[in-house]
Amino acid sequence: MSTHALRRFSVLLLGLVLLTASCTRGGEEEEGEPTPGQQPGARQSLLDVIIERGILRCGVNNTVPGFGFETAEGQIEGFDIDFCKAFAAAVFGTDSPEEGTHYELIPVDADARFNALRAGEYDVLVRNTTWTSTRDGAEGVSFAHPNYYDGQAMLAPADRFGSIEDLDGANICVTAGTTTELNLADYFAARDLTFEPVVLEDYEVIFQAFRQERCDAVTGDRSALAGLLPLWQEEVPDLTIFDDVMSKEPLAPGVLDGDDRWFDVVNMVVNGIILAEELDVTSDDLQREIQSPSDPKVGALLGVPVEAGEEAGLSFDPGIGVDPDFMQHVIAAVGNYGEIFDRHLTPLDIDRGINALWTDGGIQYAIPFR
Amino acid sequence: MAAAAAPTRAPLWRNVRFLRVLGQAAFVALLLVIAREAFLNLEYGVRRQNLDLSFDFLRQRAGFAIKEGIGYSPSESFFSAFLVGVMNTIRVAFVGIVLATVLGLVMGVARLSSNWLVRRIAQVYVEVVRNTPVLVQIIFWYVAVILALPGIEGALSLGELAFVSNRGTAVAWVRIEDGGPAFGLSLVAAAVVAAAVHRWRTRVNERIGPEPRQPWALGAFVLVATAGFVLTGTPVGVDAPVVGRFGYSGGLELSPEYTALLLGLVIYTGAFIAEIVRGSIQAVPRGQKEAAEALGFSPRQQLRFVVLPQAFRIALPPLNSQYLNLTKNSSLALAIGYPEIVSVSNTIINQAARATQMLLLVMGTYLLLSLTISAGMNALNRTVTRRGSA
Repeated sequence: MSTHALRRFSVLLLGLVLLTASCTRGGEEEEGEPTPGQQPGARQSLLDVIIERGILRCGVNNTVPGFGFETAEGQIEGFDIDFCKAFAAAVFGTDSPEEGTHYELIPVDADARFNALRAGEYDVLVRNTTWTSTRDGAEGVSFAHPNYYDGQAMLAPADRFGSIEDLDGANICVTAGTTTELNLADYFAARDLTFEPVVLEDYEVIFQAFRQERCDAVTGDRSALAGLLPLWQEEVPDLTIFDDVMSKEPLAPGVLDGDDRWFDVVNMVVNGIILAEELDVTSDDLQREIQSPSDPKVGALLGVPVEAGEEAGLSFDPGIGVDPDFMQHVIAAVGNYGEIFDRHLTPLDIDRGINALWTDGGIQYAIPFR
Repeated sequence: MAAAAAPTRAPLWRNVRFLRVLGQAAFVALLLVIAREAFLNLEYGVRRQNLDLSFDFLRQRAGFAIKEGIGYSPSESFFSAFLVGVMNTIRVAFVGIVLATVLGLVMGVARLSSNWLVRRIAQVYVEVVRNTPVLVQIIFWYVAVILALPGIEGALSLGELAFVSNRGTAVAWVRIEDGGPAFGLSLVAAAVVAAAVHRWRTRVNERIGPEPRQPWALGAFVLVATAGFVLTGTPVGVDAPVVGRFGYSGGLELSPEYTALLLGLVIYTGAFIAEIVRGSIQAVPRGQKEAAEALGFSPRQQLRFVVLPQAFRIALPPLNSQYLNLTKNSSLALAIGYPEIVSVSNTIINQAARATQMLLLVMGTYLLLSLTISAGMNALNRTVTRRGSA
């Protein structure tokens, strides 16, 4: 009987405690109202978090040859991957960033990439991602300097189709959650053509569907299709990519809005890599340039004293929160823009096109370091 | 008097009713606190990332195409696109529930068959299907079976009335002409007349003994329907599919993705329903069957009039769960590109960048669908229980 009463009493007590707890909690919340509305700048920058954590996490692709592709050995390699390495080299000041020690590659699907970025699964998204106004605005992503200017293209069997006009009424495979889905509808509507989209998760499933003729053609970024072409042609001969440029796709690394310091590092590394090519600084002659810069602009880029005999302390520092010599490590790790391009994309017969430097008739144009 | 009554009243803190109410109030308060925290957290996260929580974006132009479903064009709003997804989910869930029930019933009864082969086949089906993930099964049906069908040029034809290829299945369908609505009315009239005839024969049977009633009712239906057909001047025709360069035109078309999803869901859920059916039949006390036998019921009659009606009551609640599972599992269509709610919403999230709102909308829609199914099943459950317990 007494235990019974005791239990009742404890229930009562628990209820009261909870009630009061809920009341005080509510009161606190009202006083603390400004907390949610705090200025984004007041938060700790991801840059500090990464340095503290000791490892950089990049959201990458693992299905597009040349950009981010998992090799038979289980290694993810490519153009975008080298940019991840470059960020790691800059943040940790190392000439040879290593996977697992300095950076971690996190493969992600196109339709999950922004949510995962917001959820903090990785610090930077380098996954052939198009910079658009909605993604910049409502999606809450800040895009750095584009590392590749791409355009949407159409891949089709050459023996069946001669141009995009021949595809009137065709079934077209497209990856889910990409800008290509939207462009496809607009491009066909503008030309009074009809089509049926077959929206699939990634290029592996798309290839299954395409190979078995579930869809007549595949649309996607030209770079991605060009990378896949040699692989696909092993099983489906006589494929072609039409010359039509269906859209503009500036591919850029992205970070979360409201973290200017981390954004600056990412942005400056991309710019520095392009500028290094313009200034003809390669990984081979890096040491010579560090000893005696051939040009004051090179000195500023590498963060070394410009004039011979000048004190090291007087070297140029853009003040972006990492060591002023960060570009030395970046170039030692991955080389300049041309070197990265030649390593991953030239073997796939992708030419520089508009991704040539502005001095060579392209549109790759980096801001000056000064 | 009042003093005498006082000792029987326990003090408030020992009053059972009061304590119960208090305990429940505390629980509700706890739930409210948790909900409030969750909402504040969401609001904080959203504000921190400069996102908004309004649903206005649903009015914006969608811009992307959807390959199947009710009439829709890319120039319509995100909301229209979402509705296409909802309709596609309902389309696959409804047909899936009906087919899975039929398959489950057949397989469940087969597992109890006295025929060794039939029993074993049903057992292998249940054990294999029930023990592999449904996502794997759906991808298997899509990639290994449906996509492996011949292409559109080599479409398999069944007497020019149906075609099968990896561009989908097309079958001849009715085409409704001008007189269609009027003919529809005459079909309703035919059904009413048939029901009346059936009732009349029942009354006659009460006098002269059991005579077949169905032929009478069927005859009446055919008679009235034929009259309606002639009077409205051939209101329906046959719409046969034609194979084109990229796909079919005309007829009723089932896309490869729809077919693969339906196959995957029906076969998977069917296995669970088969187990429910078997269990429910076995749960009917043996004495019931023996009593029916003693009354001279044939084996078919025992099943039809004694065992199944009771098994049905037992099966209903678990069956409801399976229907809900099938409906929710249809979201796995994402993997094979059937544009249902989740697939369409994912595209919207990517175009409009409002993940939180879309996910809330998707959850709300599934909740609504599930509650509707549950309400239907519960209503059915109430009627059978009430009738049965009388």
